Amino acid sequence: MIRIENLSKSFTLHNQGGAVIPVMAGAALTVGPGECVGLTGPSGAGKSTLMRMVHGNYLAAGGSIRVGELDVATAEPRQIIALRRQVLGHVSQFLRVVPRVPTLEVVAEPLLALGTDAEEARERAAALLRRLNIPERLWPLSPTTFSGGEQQRVNIARGFVHAYPALLLDEPTASLDAANREVVLNLIEEAKARGAAILGIFHDEAARARVCDRLVDVTGFTPKAAA
Amino acid sequence: MTLMERMAMTDQPLLRVEGLTKRYGQRIGCAEVSFDLYPGEVLGIVGESGSGKSTLLSCLAGHQRADLGRIVYDGRDVLAMPETERRRLSRTDWAYVHQNPRDGLRMGVSAGGNVGERLMAVGARHYGEIRGKAADWLARVEIAADRIDDRPSAFSGGMQQRLQIARNLVTGPRLVFMDEPTGGLDVSVQARLLDLLRGLVRDLGLSVIIVTHDLAVVRLLAHRLMVMKSGRVVEQGLTDQVLDDPQHAYTQLLVSSVLQV
Amino acid sequence: MTEQLDAGAYNFAYLDEQTKRMIRRAILKAIAVPGYQVPFASREMPMPYGWGTGGVQVTAACLVPEDRLKVIDQGADDTTNAVSIRRFFQRTAGVATTEATAEATVIQTRHRIPETPLKAGQILVYQVPIPEPLRFLEPRETETRKMHALEEYGLMHVKLYEDIARHGQIATSYAYPVRVEGRYVMDPSPIPKFDNPKLGNNPAIQLFGAGREQRIYALPPWSRVESLDFDDHPFRPSKAPHRCDLCGAGHSYLDEVITDDAGGRMFVCSDTDFCAGRRARGHRGRLAAEASAPPPHPSPTRGEGGAPSDGLAQGGAALASPPPRGEGLGAGGAGPEGTA
Ligand SMILES: Nc1ncnc2c1ncn2[C@@H]1O[C@H](COP(=O)(O)OP(=O)(O)O)[C@@H](O)[C@H]1O
Ligand SMILES: [Mg+2]
Ligand SMILES: [Zn+2]
Repeated sequence: MIRIENLSKSFTLHNQGGAVIPVMAGAALTVGPGECVGLTGPSGAGKSTLMRMVHGNYLAAGGSIRVGELDVATAEPRQIIALRRQVLGHVSQFLRVVPRVPTLEVVAEPLLALGTDAEEARERAAALLRRLNIPERLWPLSPTTFSGGEQQRVNIARGFVHAYPALLLDEPTASLDAANREVVLNLIEEAKARGAAILGIFHDEAARARVCDRLVDVTGFTPKAAA
Repeated sequence: MTLMERMAMTDQPLLRVEGLTKRYGQRIGCAEVSFDLYPGEVLGIVGESGSGKSTLLSCLAGHQRADLGRIVYDGRDVLAMPETERRRLSRTDWAYVHQNPRDGLRMGVSAGGNVGERLMAVGARHYGEIRGKAADWLARVEIAADRIDDRPSAFSGGMQQRLQIARNLVTGPRLVFMDEPTGGLDVSVQARLLDLLRGLVRDLGLSVIIVTHDLAVVRLLAHRLMVMKSGRVVEQGLTDQVLDDPQHAYTQLLVSSVLQV
Repeated sequence: MTEQLDAGAYNFAYLDEQTKRMIRRAILKAIAVPGYQVPFASREMPMPYGWGTGGVQVTAACLVPEDRLKVIDQGADDTTNAVSIRRFFQRTAGVATTEATAEATVIQTRHRIPETPLKAGQILVYQVPIPEPLRFLEPRETETRKMHALEEYGLMHVKLYEDIARHGQIATSYAYPVRVEGRYVMDPSPIPKFDNPKLGNNPAIQLFGAGREQRIYALPPWSRVESLDFDDHPFRPSKAPHRCDLCGAGHSYLDEVITDDAGGRMFVCSDTDFCAGRRARGHRGRLAAEASAPPPHPSPTRGEGGAPSDGLAQGGAALASPPPRGEGLGAGGAGPEGTA
């Protein structure tokens, strides 16, 4: 479902004398349907960069990133937009939403964007929020005012509300209590069971051990010094 | 048809712009601008003041005549079409939301009349239905029903802007031009307007070209982003990609908020 | 004003042949494109603007020696304005004049259409103050021309919408806009909307002349003329719910006349010829006896005759002139002084 080959990335800092900083080279991995692959490596090794490239948020310098049929590395913006809408879900570490929009709407939005009937979209969003223990009295409020853990769960709800065939999870269990952590792990297992390909970063070792089928250490993708 | 199906179906851009150039004498307004806009897409245009954003938008909307280039809307060459047809487009298929609501509203006409005008312009002749639609649109932009007979001069800035949007969208346009629609509004009013716009774009499958200098606004609203400098497009791409991984020196300055845009 | 004129010293009907030809060309074009405002080079006339110089020039261009001319001002043949225009053409063209609608071949009018139905062969010439119906909504001439060219008439309905929103009904009662042959929107001059139905399907030729604004437009015989309205607020040609106090007519347009300082009033036909004709045939109204010798038209205060069904403010306070148009929407309207 996800196939990365010979992927490289560098940043050019035009406003710092045009310094070119290579951050990744020769990255390769695959994630099959129903599989969960965890990225490992010390902080700064390039886990998030790789995830962002798969999401189309960072531009690849070379190589390919196939998600389903699409090569994200060379795709047109509108193809990536369609991919994100239908195929590739994403749970980021931080919630980014329009202020003032009620939590229920925030979670239902991916479904609405897919053309799901509004009633049904809200029902599914509500079910997920309930499962993630977001008290119903918070649903009409904007999540921008929530605690870190609550925001995290809203983000997770958004990422799981549609049955995406592929999912990117960036530390989905960080800052969650045991009960909610258990709910999230169940969600991941259910997604795998329905055939979703999952690429994730898990600092929580127990969680990693429980849901990941394989681990890929991104240190292996660090460009050789002085190329 | 859902938006997704519609997007999947349409491999034809709604708007295709090629090499659009407009000069003011020796000075460049905008130069060699090219892009495609597909149904349901929101394109943001950012750049510092004087970079040519408004010039580009007004050339696209036909308020100014471009010197060079091509604009193809829904398969039709806009610059070559007779004025009748172009004006009809701007009353039906297109909408233009001005930065200053006073430029986009009839200040001497009631809110209902403002919203109803485009309906009447395309032949609506049933007062009750026109009023009904106006009331419906006022509700959609969250203007209380009992304000329908008030003139916009009695409205706050945010309300005027919402009224302008209602007035523009009532005929179900497919392409909406917006020049700094949230400019001059305070932050919470802005957020409300953004939410409204997002919902409308999603529910109506609108294509939007929005000019702004507010990067937070484009991040939340635009699918794609075009960065302009000195009349030229220096970078374009997926909005979050351009903002988070900018390739051009100018864009890097812009997002590092070194530049006051 | 025509005292010093000596018929021999002037061209027939005052204007030189060259000018009349130019005006006739404009008239022919106007007839060919019903409702379209044809520009023409308006001449100085020996009378001020506001005295019907546009209508006078059109009349001058139409007259032939065999014509019989009638001139009315708000329906009356005997106001200063009507009398002086009639005398002007008597002197400069030597044509016969009449007060009888049925006998006239050319009728110049200000603000009314005669009650007696017109016939084929007759020409009705209107004096027009402001020919542009879109003017009060859009002050720019370049823009209004474009709107006519492109048939962008939505704004006209915005005005009517505002009327209904504010007054519960269309409050425009003079110079009520019409659409001609499904094409041009036209200002019928400040006739009461009561007269609008007579504009369409009329066997006579109707010509409109605006002197100061230099425009001529026309309705050829049997033109299709629709008063703008909404499906659910159809156009209604209102009139006072009274009969003429002199002739008893129930279907003529009435003027309200204040008869004494104690608030006494009467309603009389604004069309003096029509009223006199009915009385000559023996019709009598409520006050016919006491008004056996009524001043022919005792400075009638003008209005809807206070039609209460209209619910308009002008009901009691009869207006001495058509109300300004487009109140609140833009540049305002034309009183009788504006008649050119
Ligand atoms: N009407 C005009 N006449 C002359 N120069 C103009 C005019 N409008 C814009 N310009 C110039 O064109 C360039 C682009 O301006 P504009 O389109 O207004 O940029 P923006 O909308 O991005 O602020 C600037 O150099 C500006 O000074
Ligand atoms: Mg600008
Ligand atoms: Zn009478």
